[in-house]
Amino acid sequence: MATKKKIGKVAESAKKVAPSTFERAMKKVGVTAPKAKPATNWDLHQEIEAFLFRQSEMLDAKQWAAYIDLFANDGVYWAPSLPEHEHWDGKPAIFIEDRDLMSVRMKRVLHPNAWSQQAEWATNHIVSNIAIEHVGKDGTIQVRSRFHMMEMRRDDLRHFGGIYRHTLKRTKDSFLIQLQRVDLFNAQAAYEYVLQVWV
Amino acid sequence: MLQERVPNIAKLVEPDRVHRLCYADPDIFELEIRQIFEKTWQYCGHESQIPKTGDFWTFQIGRQPTVMVRGHDGNISVLYNRCPHRGVQVCGSRNGNAGAALTCPYHSWRFHLDGSIESVPLEKGYLGTRFDRENPAFHMKKAARVDSYRGFIFANLAADGPTLTEFLGEARIAIDDMCDRSPVGKVKVVFPCNRVVQRSNWKFFMENQIDAMHPSSTHMSTGQAAAEVERKIGRETGEKPLHYHMLSAFTTPFDKWDLLETVGYPYGHTILTGYMGLRPTDRDTLEHEAILEKAYGKAKKDEFLSRNIHHCLLYPAVSIQSPLQQLRVLRPQAANRTLSEIWHFRLVGAPEAIYRRSLWYFNLVNSPSTLVNADDLENWQRGQWGLTSDGGDWVSFHRDFGRDQDDGQVIRSTNGCSEAPMRSQFRAWLKYMTAGTA
Repeated sequence: MATKKKIGKVAESAKKVAPSTFERAMKKVGVTAPKAKPATNWDLHQEIEAFLFRQSEMLDAKQWAAYIDLFANDGVYWAPSLPEHEHWDGKPAIFIEDRDLMSVRMKRVLHPNAWSQQAEWATNHIVSNIAIEHVGKDGTIQVRSRFHMMEMRRDDLRHFGGIYRHTLKRTKDSFLIQLQRVDLFNAQAAYEYVLQVWV
Repeated sequence: MLQERVPNIAKLVEPDRVHRLCYADPDIFELEIRQIFEKTWQYCGHESQIPKTGDFWTFQIGRQPTVMVRGHDGNISVLYNRCPHRGVQVCGSRNGNAGAALTCPYHSWRFHLDGSIESVPLEKGYLGTRFDRENPAFHMKKAARVDSYRGFIFANLAADGPTLTEFLGEARIAIDDMCDRSPVGKVKVVFPCNRVVQRSNWKFFMENQIDAMHPSSTHMSTGQAAAEVERKIGRETGEKPLHYHMLSAFTTPFDKWDLLETVGYPYGHTILTGYMGLRPTDRDTLEHEAILEKAYGKAKKDEFLSRNIHHCLLYPAVSIQSPLQQLRVLRPQAANRTLSEIWHFRLVGAPEAIYRRSLWYFNLVNSPSTLVNADDLENWQRGQWGLTSDGGDWVSFHRDFGRDQDDGQVIRSTNGCSEAPMRSQFRAWLKYMTAGTA
């Protein structure tokens, strides 16, 4: 058995992340205001801001492999169906992917027979309202931000927006994403077509 | 009359081909709404969506905004979601609890949970007028008929026609196959459902579900991508997670799909057999089978688990994938626009692992970030564009034509890739569309 864990088996490690990630006492975690006090550590704030900006630019530049590499080996990208979901375990989700499933998604969109990819499309992400919610003794950082994504597909524009919650691990010169939780504010509106890559 | 605006409907459907207008013409769509969606049994929802008194769930039958409500006696009513006073929609959210009575927000007319009138403010103002609280015209209108099968609620806006039991006929096996996998014969919805709009005619969906020819072509990208990662995980860990197989199965070649079988029933219901090879013998499956054997005995359990269904369609709007407890129901909005609700069910009393397994399918295939349906919706939209053009008039359903086993009622094919189920659906379609004109 390799040491690398798969989704479904990472539940235990993720549960350790979850309590500090989400205010368990609050049922509607997706719609609460940030817990952060005004930033005091501006160096850290700016470093995180640059990281989040770079991540969203990777999406818009369709640099899928680099995007996946921002995640830790046991990192998870999760977009819950409902804001009150505190963990993906056993819950329907809009997205729930570890790096392996992310690479399935990447390989699909890069496949010459991914017919839906023949249409011209592009996204434009804006990330803002960044708040550092918690810095753990182990160096784990909880960050909350707002995003707005516009997507052009053929002649249509769509909008998605909501809250990112990143659980970041420090590396030597940057961060790795342990968990990215994406609460789409329009997660429960009917989808005109579907979402083909991460938001 | 719409039927006069589309006078030659019978000429649009031939045994081996249909005219493109069946998919693209707005008048034909309106006629479908009247003749099919508002005259046949339509799936409303599952009883577990509204467990408590006053719980309601809104949806649409044909053009009619409707709501199903749980009454004080536990019975479920299906009502037109409008106040008889000025027509205002009474239930304004997709679902919720109405409390003891349904209240119109505009002038506070109140209705019992079965739609009959409870109270009207300043009722004395109606003395000597034609207002009559006993007259159903002053109630929230009820669907002509409501019935359910094993917790699945259907309504029919027409008073005449077959009963639900007659209508479902042998296709009820889709619901049986789902429920019988629970040791107590019951399923419960998992909230929330997913809702996705396809910009194409509803029939593209109904035909696609039992079209065994399409997966190898449409879904090759996902099948190969998943197979690659599945092999990598196999090398690294020595085991391949089952949910990867749900995707890599799309690499199955055409000739394997052709080994499946199709059945088409008189009211348009259709079945594609086979189960994408998802009959594993792992510990979770064996535990589940043991629980079923304890509940039903060996003979019944074997009977239940030997059913062979990939998709079963309850015409015109429901697709059930019973081995994975998923249901999709269509709410057509225009000739070129269809809303689908996608539901997942939990088998009451079955092992948690069985639920987790089907949840993977729901999340990977049936979620808004679907790795599979993205290419389906794309192809149907391109199909809709093509059928709106003058580049050709006919849609070809010739594959294996002439080799159907057709007793005049049921059409079977032992070629999974046969277009027999489409021919069968259109035979039913023509009957519905021309009913009452002979």
